[in-house]
Amino acid sequence: MNFYAIRAIYLFELARTWRTLLQSIATPVITTSLYFVVFGSAIGSSMNQIQGVSYGAFIVPGLIMLALLTESISNASFGIYMPKYSGTIYEVLSAPVSYLEIVIGYVGAAATKSVILGVVILSTARLFVDFDILHPLWMVAFLLLTAVTFSLFGFIIGIWADGWEKLQIVPALVVTPLTFLGGSFYSIGMLPELWQKITLFNPVVYLISGFRWSFYGVSDVHVGVSLAMTLGFLAVCITLIAWIFRTGYRLKN
Amino acid sequence: MQPVISIQGLNKTYASGHSALKTIDLDIRKGEIFALLGPNGAGKTTLISIICGIVNPGEGRVQVAGNDIVRDYRAARSKIGLVPQELFNEGFESVWATVKFSRGLFGKPANAGYLEQLLKDLSLWEKRDARIFELSGGMKRRVMIAKALSHEPEILFLDEPTAGVDVELRRNMWEMVRKLRERGVTIILTTHYIEEAEEMADRIGVIRKGEIILVEDKATLMRKLGKKQLTVHLQHPLHALPDALVRDDLSLRDDGYTLVYTFDGQRDETGVAELLQELAQQGIAFKDLQSSESSLEDIFVSLVSERSE
Repeated sequence: MNFYAIRAIYLFELARTWRTLLQSIATPVITTSLYFVVFGSAIGSSMNQIQGVSYGAFIVPGLIMLALLTESISNASFGIYMPKYSGTIYEVLSAPVSYLEIVIGYVGAAATKSVILGVVILSTARLFVDFDILHPLWMVAFLLLTAVTFSLFGFIIGIWADGWEKLQIVPALVVTPLTFLGGSFYSIGMLPELWQKITLFNPVVYLISGFRWSFYGVSDVHVGVSLAMTLGFLAVCITLIAWIFRTGYRLKN
Repeated sequence: MQPVISIQGLNKTYASGHSALKTIDLDIRKGEIFALLGPNGAGKTTLISIICGIVNPGEGRVQVAGNDIVRDYRAARSKIGLVPQELFNEGFESVWATVKFSRGLFGKPANAGYLEQLLKDLSLWEKRDARIFELSGGMKRRVMIAKALSHEPEILFLDEPTAGVDVELRRNMWEMVRKLRERGVTIILTTHYIEEAEEMADRIGVIRKGEIILVEDKATLMRKLGKKQLTVHLQHPLHALPDALVRDDLSLRDDGYTLVYTFDGQRDETGVAELLQELAQQGIAFKDLQSSESSLEDIFVSLVSERSE
C-alpha cells in the first residue's frame, strides 16, 4: 500500500473543505436550520406525534440523511470531476498508486466531510428540538455506512460526468426527489396503501428508516432490511468502481 | 548496459480507430538526454503517455528499469517524473501545497528540505505561498517541473518543454536539464523545435505517423546526413546554367545571382576545386563564396519529406 499517496490525496481533498468552509459546512447547516424552523417549529407544532415521537424530533434523522446524501454525492463527485476537468488527473494516473488507494483517498475525504457535516447538523438540531438517541452505536454505524456508500456513488457520478451539467443532474433529478419521497418528513405509514408499496422501491426509504430506528427505536421497515439494503447498495457501488478502473472508463484511452 | 527504458513492439490504436503508434521499438540509455522529434500528431505524446501510465498500451511491452509498466507499475512509475505539454494545475492551491501533494502521491515521505531546495533551484521559493492562478505562465510551467521532480525521479519526461516559452526561460530550462543530467537523471524530451534537440540531446529519435523512422547519436546523425553547401555569389546573373555545368548537385537561385553547390563534407574529394576551375573556364565571375553545414532542421525536413511517399 502506498500510504503516503492515500494521505496526500486525503489531506489535499480535505484542505479544499477548509478553504471553502462557508460553502462546505455553513450552507448545508443554514439550509437544515431553515427546515427545522419551517417544518419543525412552524408546522410541527400543529402536528400530532408520529409513532410516539414529536414531529420536530421525528424529522431530525431524515434531515441529517438528506444532508448526508446530497453532500456525500456532491463532495465526492466534485472531488474527482475537478481534476478531470482541469487536467490535473494526469498526475494521479501517472503516480504509483493502485485504484484502491485512489478511491480510499478521494472517497475517504468526501465521506469524512459529510460525517463532520452530519455531526454539525445533529448538534444544530439539538438547539431546536429535544431528542435522545436510543442506539448511538447503530446511529454512528448508519452514519458512516451511508456517508461512504454515497461518496462512492458520487465518485462514480464524477467519473461518468463529462460536463458540469451532468455533474448536477443526478443529484438534482434523482437523489433529491428520492430523499424527499423517502420519508424524511413523514412515516410511509401515512401514505395511501398503493404508495406505500411503490415507495418500497425507493432505496432511500431504507436508509432513513434504519437511521430513525437508531434514534427512536421505531421504523417503517425492519432495521435488518435497512442494513441489508444499505450494504447491498455499497456492494453495487464498489462493483461499479472496480469495473471503471479495470476498463479505464472515462479516465484512460 | 541495460537500457533504462525498453520498448518492444508497442502499438496503440485508440477506440476511435485512429492508429497512433505502429510497432515502436526503442531503447533509452541510462543518463542520456534523448530527444524525440516529430511533427504534430506523429505520436510523441501518445508514446510518453503510455510509458507514464496515462494511456492504456496496445500490444507490446514497455519496461522501465527492468519493471514492466503494467505488471510492476508501482516500481516503474515511481522512477518517472512527467512534465506534460499543457499547463494543468490546481489553480487555488499554493505552490507549496501542490508540490507537497505530488511528492506524497509518488509514495515519498515528506522532505521539506528537498522541496525547499527544489523550489529555490526553480526560482519559486519566494512564491511558495502564492496561489498558482496568480503566477505568470512561465512560473506555472516551472511549478509543473517542480511537481515532476518532487519525488526525485530517475527519469524525467518533458513533453514540449519550451512550447510558448520566452527565450530567457528556454535558456534557463536547458540549463536545468543539463544540471539534472549531471546528477544522473535520464531525460526524454519531445519537441518540434529542432534547435532544442540540436542544443540539448545526446541522441535523437525521429517519429513520423506513429513510426520511429530513425534513432541516432546526434553527432553521427549530423555527420551522416550532414551535407555541406557552397554558395557562390555571381558578379553577373545567369539566365540558365551553361550545358557543361548542368548536374544534380548544382542549382541557380536568386534570379541567377547565386549558384548553390551541395556536397558531402565527409569526403576528401569535395569537388569544390573542380567546380571553381570549371566556373573560370566558362568565364563566370564571382564576388564571394560561402560554405555552410546543414542544420538538424534541414536534415529533419529532408527526412520527413523523403519518406512521405
